[in-house]
Amino acid sequence: MTDLNPTCPPEGRDGASDGCGSRREFLGTAVAAVATALTGCGKLSQEEFLQRNFRELSKEEVRDVIARLEKEYKAKYGKEVKVADTPPIPGVIFGYALDLSRCIGCRRCVYACVKENNQSRDPGVQWISVLEMEKEEGVNLQHADLYYDPAEVPREGHFYMPVQCQQCKKPPCVKVCPVGATWRDKDGIVVVDYNWCIGCRYCMAACPYGARHFNWAEPHLPAGEVNPDTHYFGNRPRPKGVVEKCTFCIQRTRKGLYPACVEICPTGSRKFGNLLDRTSEIRYILENKRVFKFKEELNTQPNFFYFYGV
Amino acid sequence: MPSDFWQFISGTLRLITKGNRAYYAWVGFLLLLIAIGAAAYVRQLNDGLIATRMRDQVSWGFYIGNFTFLVGVAAAAIMLVIPAYIYDWEPIKEITILGEMLAISALIMCLGFVMVDIGRPDRFWHIIPLVGRLNWPQSMLAWDVIVLNLYLLLNWFVVTYLLFCAYTERHYVKKLVLPLVLLSIPMAVSIHTVTAYLYNGLAARPFWNSAILAPRFLASAFCSGPAILLILLQVLRRTTRLKIKDEAIFKIAELMAYTMGFNLFLTAAEAFKELYSGTEHMVYFQYLLFGLKGHNTLVPYAWASILFGLAAFILFLVPRTRTNWVTLNIGCVLIYASVYIEKGMGLIIPGLTPDALGEIYVYSPSSTEIAVAAGIFAIGFLVFTLMLKAAVPMMLGEFTINRRRRRAGAS
Repeated sequence: MTDLNPTCPPEGRDGASDGCGSRREFLGTAVAAVATALTGCGKLSQEEFLQRNFRELSKEEVRDVIARLEKEYKAKYGKEVKVADTPPIPGVIFGYALDLSRCIGCRRCVYACVKENNQSRDPGVQWISVLEMEKEEGVNLQHADLYYDPAEVPREGHFYMPVQCQQCKKPPCVKVCPVGATWRDKDGIVVVDYNWCIGCRYCMAACPYGARHFNWAEPHLPAGEVNPDTHYFGNRPRPKGVVEKCTFCIQRTRKGLYPACVEICPTGSRKFGNLLDRTSEIRYILENKRVFKFKEELNTQPNFFYFYGV
Repeated sequence: MPSDFWQFISGTLRLITKGNRAYYAWVGFLLLLIAIGAAAYVRQLNDGLIATRMRDQVSWGFYIGNFTFLVGVAAAAIMLVIPAYIYDWEPIKEITILGEMLAISALIMCLGFVMVDIGRPDRFWHIIPLVGRLNWPQSMLAWDVIVLNLYLLLNWFVVTYLLFCAYTERHYVKKLVLPLVLLSIPMAVSIHTVTAYLYNGLAARPFWNSAILAPRFLASAFCSGPAILLILLQVLRRTTRLKIKDEAIFKIAELMAYTMGFNLFLTAAEAFKELYSGTEHMVYFQYLLFGLKGHNTLVPYAWASILFGLAAFILFLVPRTRTNWVTLNIGCVLIYASVYIEKGMGLIIPGLTPDALGEIYVYSPSSTEIAVAAGIFAIGFLVFTLMLKAAVPMMLGEFTINRRRRRAGAS
């Protein structure tokens, strides 16, 4: 497993210090020794160590936190990275629908997502899992293959089912988090405060969709590939040891754009919109197609629907 | 009184720093293991949890397995407290304090395993009630933090108080001790119940989402905890002047036969329901007992656990083998091994394999995980050894404040 084993990042990789650098201020107190020891290679700033849960921060504190993060990212990647904290749009609850009869399993959504959302390239993190299933079996996880690798897709006798965070109305991951580091926002997006998560991974055990991913090592993201347009709860570069997941591209959708996976899909299998808007495409699908929810029996009530368009 | 307490502390320190060669060798060995564990943990802190073999598919492993097993050991202290205090059964009474010390050591190991498992130990304060932001009462992990720490505090207080009384040759205040000891009974049940609920409440993991999980936890804990104590009592009888009647040991062994029988029954009930009804939820039991799609790493362990449990049950049920020291000790080791497999890897791994999307990721602990775990076990053994070293002479009345004064007066 040594290839998956980036230790304290080598000095000067991408001209940056990658999480263990000298840019941060030292803690001044006795806490310093403990806190620094506990982060391994990190030098933890007092501000970062003492930062409270995002929901408890005042407007000024949020501004300071974001300024600090932007400064850190600039030092690390050598370019301006903007961190937004765009709130939910009033009157909007996002819904997603995926057409199983059109998806061809090309995985373009997977790669577009990685690029847009600044996922770690090494070790690789992917928020979308595309499962190859047998047509004769239907949606049956015991006959699903995540690692399909034929010369050409779609493969005869198979269909493809991409799975990502289902943005549940009753998210089991939120219920189990011991520190309230993850919650469902007003527009239905389940977010994670990467600066509050303790990395216990209870949410991963609770998620029936395998949608949550852990940063097992310091995430490595080449500076040239950083998407600088980020959101605090979305695609900003993540630290080691915390959980992350699909946020419906919160940095895009709260500005009225489509998620990256919807835009890239060559077959138009992915539909996205406002569930509260009667004229939206997502509402048209819910009203005119036969949809189902993945693992409906668990009563997680996803805002992510699957349907057969043709 | 405060000065008495300082003398008690300094006396305790003196007791634990002086010992024979075997004592120093044992403590040195534990310190060595702790150093190895610490070095491995530093490596894990630097590299991240990638130093383990846990991954997104199997996101909990050896650490959480050991944690779960040790919660059971901690809970099992009440196995001895119930007969001693409720029925006022004298032979066991003097050894309940040993059970409580075992609980303290087990809890320290539990907290250690949680600490090494989390990805951001620098943020541990987020989970401290009132300081951080505890998601209580929603999260079962928040409940677990509370009950484990309360139980630790309770046992620590009772042990310290009883020993302090022994040291100062006072009789303990029954009105204070009895309610606390009685409280520790539901507390012990609660720590293991809450730990079971932690898994039990996850609808995403059918292997854990079973109503008899908490009863199974309690039944198995009431076998494994006393198994450790029975061996310990025999060691103490030989190495110290502590008198423990055969009767007490045999009685505990008899109680263990019943709980082991019950544990086996519950396991069978669970296996029957899954395998006979044969729904898609069966795959986890299949992975554990028979292997799945050619992956059968757990199979020998699972069957060893069941066979060990059965053999121990028979050894403890038959009066002749129960009262024979050789077969009794074999039974203890078998029970310990059986429950360690069942409540450790046998619980965590099939809960997460196949994963939520049907993938089979074959997990086995990395050398880092094993070294860190060895370090934590060594910390627990060290705590227990030091506590015993100080407690036994105090319990025997060999080391009291008046003896020290008299000695000081004579010299």
